[in-house]
Amino acid sequence: MPQLFPRRANALPILSLVGALVGGVATVGFVWYYFSPEYTDVGYAPEQPVPYSHRLHAGELGLDCRYCHTNVEMTAEANLPPTETCMNCHAQVQTEALSLQPVRKSWAEDMPVEWIKVNFLPDYVHFSHAAHVNNGVGCETCHGRVDLMDVVFQPEPLSMGWCLDCHRNPEEQLRPDEAVTLMGYEHPADFMERNAERIEREGIQPPVNCSACHY
Amino acid sequence: MGHSTSHTTEAPLVTGNLSFHELTELVARHAEKKPPMIWYVAIGISSLMLLNLLVMIAYQVWNGVGVWGNNVPVGWGWPIVDFVFWVGIGHAGTLISAILFLFRQRWRTSINRAAEAMTIFAVICALLFPTIHVGRIWVIYWTLPIPNQMDMWPQFKSPLLWDVFAVSSYFIVSLIFWYVGLIPDLATLRDRARSFIRQRVLGIFSMGWTGSNRHWRNYEKAYLLLAGLATPLVLSVHSVVSFDFAVSIVPGWHTTIFPPYFVAGAIFSGFAMVVTLMVIARKVYGIEDLITLNHLEKMNIIILLTGSMVGFAYITELFIAWYSQVGYEQYAFINRVTGPYAWAYWIMMSCNLIAPQVFWFKRLRRNVPLMFIISILVNIGMWFERFVITVISLHRDYLPSSWGYFTPTWVDVMTFVGSFGLFLTLFLLFLRFVPMVALAEVKGVVPQADPHFYDRESS
Repeated sequence: MPQLFPRRANALPILSLVGALVGGVATVGFVWYYFSPEYTDVGYAPEQPVPYSHRLHAGELGLDCRYCHTNVEMTAEANLPPTETCMNCHAQVQTEALSLQPVRKSWAEDMPVEWIKVNFLPDYVHFSHAAHVNNGVGCETCHGRVDLMDVVFQPEPLSMGWCLDCHRNPEEQLRPDEAVTLMGYEHPADFMERNAERIEREGIQPPVNCSACHY
Repeated sequence: MGHSTSHTTEAPLVTGNLSFHELTELVARHAEKKPPMIWYVAIGISSLMLLNLLVMIAYQVWNGVGVWGNNVPVGWGWPIVDFVFWVGIGHAGTLISAILFLFRQRWRTSINRAAEAMTIFAVICALLFPTIHVGRIWVIYWTLPIPNQMDMWPQFKSPLLWDVFAVSSYFIVSLIFWYVGLIPDLATLRDRARSFIRQRVLGIFSMGWTGSNRHWRNYEKAYLLLAGLATPLVLSVHSVVSFDFAVSIVPGWHTTIFPPYFVAGAIFSGFAMVVTLMVIARKVYGIEDLITLNHLEKMNIIILLTGSMVGFAYITELFIAWYSQVGYEQYAFINRVTGPYAWAYWIMMSCNLIAPQVFWFKRLRRNVPLMFIISILVNIGMWFERFVITVISLHRDYLPSSWGYFTPTWVDVMTFVGSFGLFLTLFLLFLRFVPMVALAEVKGVVPQADPHFYDRESS
């Protein structure tokens, strides 16, 4: 019988083995990273109808988060401020600024500014801001250093695994109530013990069952 | 040395006193020459049926599972019936290739290749149905235990998840088993190939097989190990499929007899399908010397055996329902025998329990037209068995307020018809491109392969 394949075909088994291994690892790595919200969502920063700067308002002017997002301690939803809130100041301040034109238009025509939602969860997830804010989860933990953002972006993946990480180990994230809206808060050295003690005292039990969020 | 000749000699497995070369010619030419006209007609019809299947799947995925006749009491209709039907068909292949191999049944050699191919194609058809019967096909990968950003894993307590593992590993093991068996035959085709490309393609698939002593020694060991592995697999896969029902609390489903009874039914229907296909293939391809009447008779005996086991299970179920004194269980069986689906129950009983009993008679089980009819009746009956179990148990259970009636829609019917298109298309491609009889193995069982053959010849 004649030889069908040249001598160098002897490398094929090794090559296909190596190729299968490398291909397998590469596929797993590719899907694991590039298909996750960590890659697809983090850093999402759409252009807003008004170039609103959190750095200016929350950082330099030192407004507390709750001045605009008033409902955050009371309801599930952290509201966006209505045009009225903007006009509290901007009826007097920067009245001629070109960038504020859409706000004045909204005020004059009684139509809302069409802000674009950045931190987006699907509707089958029911998230409550109040439940978190009142139990010592700081704004910064999930939304990042908003006081340094000129344009708001999504700093965390908001994936279910990310939520569950914190629900399983809340003592790593909690902070005292008075520091909830504080940006740049630094944990004291013994914060894990303090948080564990608080969790024990207040009976904080972050749910990890389906019905907590998915009803 | 006293050489006893008093033991009964087995009827020859290969008739026609074919030499090794004639055997090769007989089988290999079908994978090399242009197929007969009837092949083109058959594949034309079957690919139209396959096209219809694809259209039905697209239609169903786009519009939702509501295009089927399933309703709220009967959430599992034809797709699950068809799934169990096809998995069952697939089991005969592994029984023939693995279990009969362990029992050293040499008559398996002529039919094992086709039966294994049938297994693989039937399992492909079977895998289709659990995939499409879900409402949201695009998240079906959630049933696989893959680390993900949700930190979610499948529920390992669900038999439907075991199905995923059972049927997919069954498919993989069957494919490997079939392929390992094919290697020496592909090498034969390679050595007979004349064209450059054909030589290379077959050269790659036959993996450098030279038929050396060392090759054969390892090959036989590997084959035996695979047969030993496939045997518990074939018994467990259909048991797992039966758990889909037996693990539930539905009267008529929650029965401990299901695992062995489903396996017996699977072998029963699978052998019937092998008979159906082989009766046609041996005629069309002129391999009556390889698949002889003795082969068909032995398959019919297994059909008779497993058919009687299934019948025994039917009677046992009825007995236990009466014996249990559980009203719901008793009603479930009264409803089968006399309810709105009594026609389905009686089709099942007459096709599965009564029809194969004709094989008690040697003359009848060697009658080719009759066995062809019976084998088709058995598969009709076995489809109805799954229909009876699935639908009749669901449509009337605990609460009379949730009693319903299930009527299939045209999409149910056309999807099932289409699954035959998928099966037949693959099977016809197999007949065209692959040796349909395991040449290397058949050559081992012809009289000439016996080391003492020529001694006897001369004496």
